Order: sequence, then C-alpha cells, then structure tokens
Amino acid sequence: MIEERFDAIVVGAGMAGNAAALTMAKKGMKVLQLERGEYAGSKNVQGAILYSDMLEKLIPEFREDAPLERHLVEQRFWIMDDRSHVGLHYRSEDFNEERANRYTIIRAQFDRWFSSKVRQAGATVLCETTVTDLAQDSYGRVIGVRTDRQDGEIHADVVVLAEGVNGLLGTRARLRERPKPNKVALAVKEMHFLPRETIEARFNLSGDEGVVIEAAGTISGGMTGMGFIYANKECISLGIGCLVADFQRTGKTPYELLDRFKRHPSVALLIEGSEVKEYAAHLIPEGGYKAIPQLYGDGWVVVGDAAQLNNAIHREGSNLAMTSGRIAAEAIFQVKSRRLAMTKENLALYKRMLDRSFVLKDMKKYKDMPRLMHTNSQNFFLTYPQLISKAMQTYLRVDGTPKTEKQKSTLKSFVNARSWIGLFGDAFRLARAWR
Amino acid sequence: MKVERSVRVEDKLFCNRYLVDAGHPHIKVRAHTKPSPQLLALLKACPARCYDLNDKGHVEVTVDGCMECGTCRVIGEPTGDIEWSYPRGGYGVLFKFG
Repeated sequence: MIEERFDAIVVGAGMAGNAAALTMAKKGMKVLQLERGEYAGSKNVQGAILYSDMLEKLIPEFREDAPLERHLVEQRFWIMDDRSHVGLHYRSEDFNEERANRYTIIRAQFDRWFSSKVRQAGATVLCETTVTDLAQDSYGRVIGVRTDRQDGEIHADVVVLAEGVNGLLGTRARLRERPKPNKVALAVKEMHFLPRETIEARFNLSGDEGVVIEAAGTISGGMTGMGFIYANKECISLGIGCLVADFQRTGKTPYELLDRFKRHPSVALLIEGSEVKEYAAHLIPEGGYKAIPQLYGDGWVVVGDAAQLNNAIHREGSNLAMTSGRIAAEAIFQVKSRRLAMTKENLALYKRMLDRSFVLKDMKKYKDMPRLMHTNSQNFFLTYPQLISKAMQTYLRVDGTPKTEKQKSTLKSFVNARSWIGLFGDAFRLARAWR
Repeated sequence: MKVERSVRVEDKLFCNRYLVDAGHPHIKVRAHTKPSPQLLALLKACPARCYDLNDKGHVEVTVDGCMECGTCRVIGEPTGDIEWSYPRGGYGVLFKFG
C-alpha cells in the first residue's frame, strides 16, 4: 500500500479527468491521476471537435502550443438516402477569427498535450495503471482506489471518477448501473490520410480552415444513428455510430455499415485514394438527461461520459466532459477550503453547480429527445430521409410534368408513407421534444 | 449462423497498435452448451469481430484485436454470459490517433 495520502485521486485522463486534475492541482491540492493507457490519450476516441470556450476556462492560452488541426469555418448537415444527400450547409467568414470557436483535433495527440499541462500544474500522473476497484470503508464510503500495481491500495479524501462511458469502477461499487444497450451508441471510425492540398481542394478549404459533416439517413439502415466526416490537416476522420440495442436487434455489423457509408457516392469521392492508418471503436452515451446517474456520494463524484453527460442532438460531449470535470474540481476545492468532509451531503454542491451550468440545462432541454428518436428510428432515419430525397429530386428534375402535379405527388408520398395523423404526430412530438 | 465476410475486419485491425497481454484475456465467455441470444448477437455486434463460433457451436472470444469499446459488456454482462475487465495497465489497444 502506498502510504502517501492524496487530497484527490482522479481515475482517467480524458477530457473530464484532465479538466478535474488540472483545476485541483492549480489550486494547490495534492492530486494523483491514474490512467490505464501507455500515455494519456492512448485509450481515448472521439471524432473529434474541440470547443474553445470550455478549454479557455482551463487553459486560456491553449492556442499557443496545443496540437490543433483545423478551425471550423463550415458545418454541413446531410440527410442521406442510398444515392443522394440533401444538405444544409453553413459557412461563414466570421469563423475565420483569431480566437476560433471550434477546432478539429486528434485525441491521442491532444490528450497527451493536455496531460502535460496537468503535470505542469503539479499533479502526479501515473500511466499504465489500471484501477481495479474503489476502496470503501465498512460504511460504504469511498476512501481510495485499488490498482493492478503491486503497491495496491491508495487513499484520498475524494475520488473523481472520470473513467469514461464504459467505466467499470462505479458499476462494480454499485454507485451506478451499467449502461443499457438502448442508452449507448457504438461508433466505429477510420483515419484516412491524404495530402493536405487534396483535403483542402476536396473540402473547399484554404490554409487551416476546416469543415465537418454530420450525416443521417439510410446510412444507418433504419437504426438510430449518425455518420460523420471531419477534415483534419492531413487526414479525414470518418465514422458512423448507432445504438447498441439496434445493432443487437438487427444483426447488422458495424464494419459493414461503415463500409457502406464509405461507398456512398457523396462520400466516396472525398476519401478516394486515402490511406487508412487506424480503425477505432468507442461507445457514446445517448440516454440523455434521464440516463444521468447519481453524480456524487460519500468520497466520490462522477464526471464526463461516465456520468452519461453527452448532448446527442448537438453532438457535444467533450465540452460537457471538460466542464463537469472543472466544476466537480471547483466544488471539491470549496468543500476542502471550508475544512468540511467529502461527504455526500457536502459534495452535493457539485450537482447544484452543474445544475446552474449549461451542462445540465442543455441536457434537460432535450430530455425527451432520446426516447423519440429511439422509438421512431424507422421513421426518422429511413422513411423521412427517403421521402425528402425523393421530394428534392422531383422538385429539381425538369421533365415536363406540371408543377401542381409534382407537388401533389410529393405530398401524396408523405401521406402514403406516414398518414396525416402520423405526419402531424411526428411534427408535434418533434417540436415538443425540441422546445 | 454465418457472419458477414465481405468486409475484412482483420485488415482494418492490422493498422492498429496493440500490446497483447498473452495469457491474460480481459474478457471471458462463460462455459455454455447452447449460446444465448446475447452471445449470438456478439458475433455481429463486436466491431473487431473478436467473437466466433467453434466446431462445437460454442461462442469463443479472442481478445487480441479488441478495441475495448465495451459493446459486448453492455450486451453480454447483464446475463452473466461474459465477464469484462480492462486489460492490465499499458496493455491492450494503443490508439495512435483515437
């Protein structure tokens, strides 16, 4: 057993764990951070988009040396059927600003840099160390962790669980349930390398400008899911994710889905001739507000993906992770400054602070969205994309058919597919879940 | 039951970095005579195709290509069909990009 006692132990060196460890170390607390990977980032997977505002709150001058890929000047949303896509694109010169709002990043590289800042702030970061269990006293209070290293048990006043979406510790200690198949998505992703100039030409970019594409439709084969294509400097991150319950139910394979997405005529040209250098898979929390577990207890708090903090509608996760990690750390510091014990009652401050932040406000706003999307996946991810694509084609194809007839046939196709009641019901439910 | 073979997952995994902890698989399949629906689902849901049927019709796992996503844990652990731990520190998949 390590005799040394810490103010806090942080389990995991992803966005949430690094934010928490950095914040506490900066405030002079004695912090130990444990990471099972070879280095911080070696187990972490994301698209990935970095949100500047949330990182600035931790490292204001991050642009000086952080490994950033491209700053985003354009966002494309695609609704896809098998041969087409209908797009909503937004591009603005306003995004070409000195302190850009969003960047693409490569997580393994970014997290390594982030971790160097945590070390510089004074935290002890121990990699290649898997935490196997939480150490609890006879009252069930968390008093530390047990690792797979010989020197076993390490004690601290509080443990910050930043163990990710598939975190085992919280479940093993019965602090929260294991994620259910209908509350998490499995995403698979490839890194496609191409010369810089090729990427810039294909995506209509100049210099370090970047673009991301989020896509939904028949690419997920009727499952609740999304595809994504992010332009980095010299590579393209391309992936697709669907609910685990949907994979289980349909028997579709993730790699087959990924390859079908890559073969789509709207996608194939973007990655033509690329060299794939990595294939990754990761779970994404999709359960929304109602799936958030108990966030604190005697001697522990849970942050980031482990707490299911992910805004599935806006595709935001890493910012909720960073912010929840920072807020948890600030709450812990406040409790410590008042010389109070790290009890459930005192750590409830973390939840109160998180309630007041955008994190839980945004999650709460979309609390009904996951259920709507998951129970109507056939309609929202198959039927409507097909109808919308057909409507666009009917609208654009000039073939001598009078426009009144075209409009009638389009309307009829919608009514035949979903009925008037279905259409109004879907619109009503969507509006209600969105408001 | 045949798993989709048109995509070669082995080729995809080949470009990944791993440090295999030989003799210490981090996932174990419970001994069974007839695979449960959950176990059969893993043959297709696992993105690294770690699960396969052996000659006796039992589901087996080979964790060498595992990307530690947890999909099989979410499906197969509640029924007790599999046991899931993380690899020992430093072992397993080592993402270059993530």
